[in-house]
Amino acid sequence: MSESSRLSVLKTYKLYVGGKFPRSESGRVYEVTDHKGTWLANVPLSSRKDARDAVVAARKAFGGWSGATAYNRGQVLYRVAEMLEGRRNQFAHEVAHAEGLSKSAAAAQVEAAVDRWVWYAGWTDKIGQVVGGGNPVAGPFFNLSTPEPTGVVAIVAPQESSFLGLVSVIAPVIATGNTAVVIASERSPLPALALGEVLATSDLPGGVVNVLSGKAAELGAPLAAHQDVNALDLTGAGPELAKELEIAAADNLKRVLRPGPADADFTADPGTHRLTAFLETKTVWHPTGSLGASGTAY
Amino acid sequence: MASAFEYAPAPESRAVVDIKPSYGLFIDGEFTDAADGQVFKTVSPSTEEVLSEVARAGAEDVDRAVAAARKAFEKWSALPGAERAKYLFRIARLVQERSRELAVLETLDNGKPIKETRDVDLPLVAAHFFYYAGWADKLDHAGYGANPRPLGVAGQVIPWNFPLLMLAWKIAPALATGNTVVLKPAETTPLSALFFADICRQAGLPKGVVNILPGYGDVGAALVGHEGIDKVAFTGSTAVGKEIARTVAGTRKKLTLELGGKGANIVFDDAPIDQAVEGIVSGIFFNQGQVCCAGSRLLVQESIQDELLDALKRRLTTLRLGDPLDKNTDIGAINSAEQLARITALADTGEAEGAERWSPACELPSAGYWFAPTLFTNVTQAHTVARDEIFGPVLSVLSFRTPDEAVAKANNSQYGLSAGIWTEKGSRMLAVANKLRAGVVWANTFNKFDPTSPFGGYKESGFGREGGRHGLEAYLDV
Repeated sequence: MSESSRLSVLKTYKLYVGGKFPRSESGRVYEVTDHKGTWLANVPLSSRKDARDAVVAARKAFGGWSGATAYNRGQVLYRVAEMLEGRRNQFAHEVAHAEGLSKSAAAAQVEAAVDRWVWYAGWTDKIGQVVGGGNPVAGPFFNLSTPEPTGVVAIVAPQESSFLGLVSVIAPVIATGNTAVVIASERSPLPALALGEVLATSDLPGGVVNVLSGKAAELGAPLAAHQDVNALDLTGAGPELAKELEIAAADNLKRVLRPGPADADFTADPGTHRLTAFLETKTVWHPTGSLGASGTAY
Repeated sequence: MASAFEYAPAPESRAVVDIKPSYGLFIDGEFTDAADGQVFKTVSPSTEEVLSEVARAGAEDVDRAVAAARKAFEKWSALPGAERAKYLFRIARLVQERSRELAVLETLDNGKPIKETRDVDLPLVAAHFFYYAGWADKLDHAGYGANPRPLGVAGQVIPWNFPLLMLAWKIAPALATGNTVVLKPAETTPLSALFFADICRQAGLPKGVVNILPGYGDVGAALVGHEGIDKVAFTGSTAVGKEIARTVAGTRKKLTLELGGKGANIVFDDAPIDQAVEGIVSGIFFNQGQVCCAGSRLLVQESIQDELLDALKRRLTTLRLGDPLDKNTDIGAINSAEQLARITALADTGEAEGAERWSPACELPSAGYWFAPTLFTNVTQAHTVARDEIFGPVLSVLSFRTPDEAVAKANNSQYGLSAGIWTEKGSRMLAVANKLRAGVVWANTFNKFDPTSPFGGYKESGFGREGGRHGLEAYLDV
């Protein structure tokens, strides 16, 4: 049979939640097209319930992932890069369709995304020394500040940069031990849903990253108001939605990363601001004892 | 309070401080009346004596102060860091020189014991300015990239529990990084901030770099909502913190919040009991418990509960409550009638919900606002006194059997500011410290502060850090 006459097998795109690939509990889907309007797939139109389920999965995964050694997390992130490297063509194809890019431009985006995983893989066991350390207090105390992950982070992924942007917001969140619920680009969710398939085969514990497709406003609202979500990355939310979600987030004082000018170009040096946005600083004091006039006090 | 030993009164002299009958707002280097001419009285909480009459800022005054700060920003931020540093070093030295005067003033206006203002508040104020002074010309090396820029005008709202120290925590890093400030002190404790204005004058600080607006919550809200500011820093209640977070949503304003707490002080069965008792006492009775990081929940391992509580109660009978200016006083006055009413209501709720209340025999002065040190036992995690921040000298005692249970109970709170651990076993201390969701963990000590040591909360205790290299970030455009 010749290549052209073979009918291809289409993929059913599903959510990635708790390490599994469910459809939306609502049974809803919406149509995704390429830049020219050609049909690509029907993807789940996630509901508020899907968002809540994803938070439960992310919370469940937090203890194990934040408790894993930084070296272990680094190897898992590197494994993601390895898995992605072998599927560059698939993702280049998906990104080209999603963003209307030429083949070579799409390939460059995917390669940059692979490299971004490598960049963050190396950060897992370094950020603690860069932003933490001993504090020279004026007294006989051992005093150490250490960064710790904030918890469950809800992410509105970039709308335009459907893959490099997506990776650029997910990787720093999980590199430091947070777990994530990600709302994929509304118009171009396929690279995000396909990334779930890569994460599932990269030794990443289920629930560390949960990917939802649907409407950013519909899913963002319950996540921003959710009492078991600790932080909000608004990179992909427009100004109006970002403001609305930031107001909702105040109810339990979520840490909020607002959309910023740096989000325009994901090929630029990512710096460390996304790593530090979802870290808490814990400072531990302990007396060291000191030599007194009458002898030892330790 | 009935005491084991009779002590002769040893009052610190008031003569060292000269409080004027009235004070204005401090805007653009000048003391000025409020635009609408409003004033309010500030009283000494230990006697209810009126100390002074202070101009009460309103929205129009915020406009003036922000405009002054904006105008001053251009030159101040353009100064070489080394020059800004020298202003801050001057301020640190002036605070040291005037520390006795300021300590007495703070004790009068706040009601806290002189031994605290003299030995804790004022030394920390000077140290904080001295510490951040040194950063002003070293920002390139602070880990925020080359030449990090200030944000602009900072609107800062501070509480009444450590009036001058909270001012230092806000103003020192803001000025070191090149911002200018408009600061609102609490309505019950405006005086030390106004004395600080005089220190700015003595230091020759350029006009408009520091502006001080005494007033109530309305002017605080006007300040944080003002279009002309770039940064909001707030220390106070979680409820107000959330309101501020809503106000600044969708703006360019950078926000840091240092809010409430319900700190767990965990005592394991191998802890040195006498030291732990001292730590529990300083954890909850320091500053009458009006401390956001107070150790207001005592979690004691069941096997030593009776022994520990006996020792604790014995210790509480020796605490001296009374004249805050007396150098022997351990427990001073509650800051205001309003705060006293809040503490009283929460303690009554504790009793009504079935917790067992205990206080040492304790005679309260007839004038002023006073609350006896109070323990609640038979407390469960569902009790209001185990959940809500009381912000007073009230300790809730809960027990646990295993370290895991201690961690679970400690973390069972909307707050996450502080925690304490008492154990002789190093590995247990480190393991528990790791699992606590709190910004500051004191192990075998409590309520220690230092300008080099980052302070701030997890969860609903707020975000951002004050102190240390970390404290610079709140005032830099990074």
